[in-house]
Amino acid sequence: MIAAHLPIQRPSNAKVLIVDGQGNIEHRTRSEFANLLRPGDVVVANDAATLPASLSGQHSRTGRRIEVRLAGRDSLDGIRQFSAVVFGEGNFRTPTENRSKPPELKSGDRLELGRLRGTVARLLNHPRFISLQFEGSPREIWEGLARHGRPIQYAHLPTPLAVWDTWTPIAGPPVAFEPPSAGFVLDWSMLASMSARKIRFGTITHAAGLSSTGDPELDALLPFAEPYRIPRSTALMIKHAQASHGRIIAIGTTVARALEHTAAMFDGVVPLGERLATQRLGASSRLRVVDAILSGTHERGTSHYELLRAFVDDETLGRIDHELNARDYRTHEFGDSVFLERAAKPNPPRSPACRSENALPHSHLLLECLLARG
Amino acid sequence: MNIHHKTVDSIPSPHRPRHAPADDHLCNPFTDIRVAITGGTSGLGLSLVRELLDRGAKVALVARSRNRVECVVQELPAAHGIVGDVSRKEDIHPITMQILGALGGLDVLINNASDLGPIPLQLLADTECEDIERTLATNLLGPFRLTKAMLGSLAASAREGRGAVVVNVSSDAAVHAYSRWGAYGASKAALLHLSRIWDEELSLDGVRVLSIDPGDMDTPLHAAAVPDADRSTLKRPEVAARELADMVAAVLSRRTPDSDAIVQEAIG
Repeated sequence: MIAAHLPIQRPSNAKVLIVDGQGNIEHRTRSEFANLLRPGDVVVANDAATLPASLSGQHSRTGRRIEVRLAGRDSLDGIRQFSAVVFGEGNFRTPTENRSKPPELKSGDRLELGRLRGTVARLLNHPRFISLQFEGSPREIWEGLARHGRPIQYAHLPTPLAVWDTWTPIAGPPVAFEPPSAGFVLDWSMLASMSARKIRFGTITHAAGLSSTGDPELDALLPFAEPYRIPRSTALMIKHAQASHGRIIAIGTTVARALEHTAAMFDGVVPLGERLATQRLGASSRLRVVDAILSGTHERGTSHYELLRAFVDDETLGRIDHELNARDYRTHEFGDSVFLERAAKPNPPRSPACRSENALPHSHLLLECLLARG
Repeated sequence: MNIHHKTVDSIPSPHRPRHAPADDHLCNPFTDIRVAITGGTSGLGLSLVRELLDRGAKVALVARSRNRVECVVQELPAAHGIVGDVSRKEDIHPITMQILGALGGLDVLINNASDLGPIPLQLLADTECEDIERTLATNLLGPFRLTKAMLGSLAASAREGRGAVVVNVSSDAAVHAYSRWGAYGASKAALLHLSRIWDEELSLDGVRVLSIDPGDMDTPLHAAAVPDADRSTLKRPEVAARELADMVAAVLSRRTPDSDAIVQEAIG
């Protein structure tokens, strides 16, 4: 695969690799995505808008320049407290794994981030991973984020992303830290054509977290716990589809994570509500509600790639990798897509270890341990 | 008060002369409705802020001057004040984020901020290009960009049965060719047409886009345009605000009471 280096959300030559339930692979132009859907299907997308989560500023105690990347939050409504990854001086042109380290961070350290003022509430058991508490009223914090923040940037893109590059056409609540980029495929014309064919469209709001921190220890914890909200209309659409054998199509990994998190809690049912997704989907996960996923193309070893293993087996994933490489699919946020139907074969019986993972997911366990020790 | 819209002409005028009490959840369609108003520190915009707060809406106002925004918020602490210039492309997303952050979503967007063009008014041939560019940026591109940035939130509100309405404040200069009103009139004519097309296109998504002409009002904009006007003949902005709010209320009252019906409609 090659890196998509232009921030164009819907390039005319975008491709989608399709895998049906039997593991057959074919290639289409992505503009044909809606043709893959059937009347009665419910398409669910993440309508989170992307916060400008990169905040440059100064570490007050040392006077050194830093970049703070907001990384996670416990609820969709809170604006005062975030988890954050701190980098030393530098900018996005340096790959995250090569960025300089920040000064030593201690609980109580003050950070000056443009108009924003924050305090390191505590370290999350890692020298660069903090719980950050902003000062001021919600209005002041929102204004500070909106005016001073910049979208998290990517080293493979030659020019900085503007905030509008990072919002999908359906973006609503500004709660994500990086774009729910599978949603870039959508436009209003596509939604209209889906509606005309009795394909229903609903949204959830899921605070998509950082996709990479550049630190192997932290990356091993991804995805962090992410709050999400399932609105009433989407819950009803899913309920109706389940009753009438319509398919549930997730636009992006965040949607799959959220819907499966709720379905695991409620034995396959997806009621409305706000919850905190803590699990990590992977090869041993049992999918209870999502029948197919439209996602970006992901590289082996990433948490997004692991999630796809819940949909198809490793042999099929190997063939997908081969095809993506052989046909020069583009990867990263503005790249091409894959559309995977859940493998038709029954899910393998889960081992006790798997059940344990689903009940109290790996990443959450680790994070809990870190928090407890931090 | 003219509604420049073929599909809105049939909206019945509310029979009651005044709105229902703010605590009347059943009868008052503005209860807990989330409204953003641009140009909210003077004239019609400020009157709308007062009127809609009075009706129980959650209101965010947007204006360029920090001082004036702070003055309004001091007088009306329930209002959320946001400093921003809708004519600047770079301001649109920061404004959008702050509105959504303050209100938690959006049901009604009122694009009220307007630029008159050259002051004093000029013949088109004497209008500087920079003046008409600025007028179009405020009166046409600003509402377009802000509405586009809000569309995901508005459509989500519609799916939830909360109603979703965009009001573009218009003028009779949008339909009549008044000499010396070229920049303003052309921008409002374009905004009117944009409203009509967008309303047509978004009807399936449950988002209404209205173009409403509030009439000649006693506002700073009118004073700048016609300094020697007889103010006693002009409509008070609070009266225009009440009328406009009634029109939006009529549209909101038609919304489906809960999302069951929306979904049922969607799934046929």
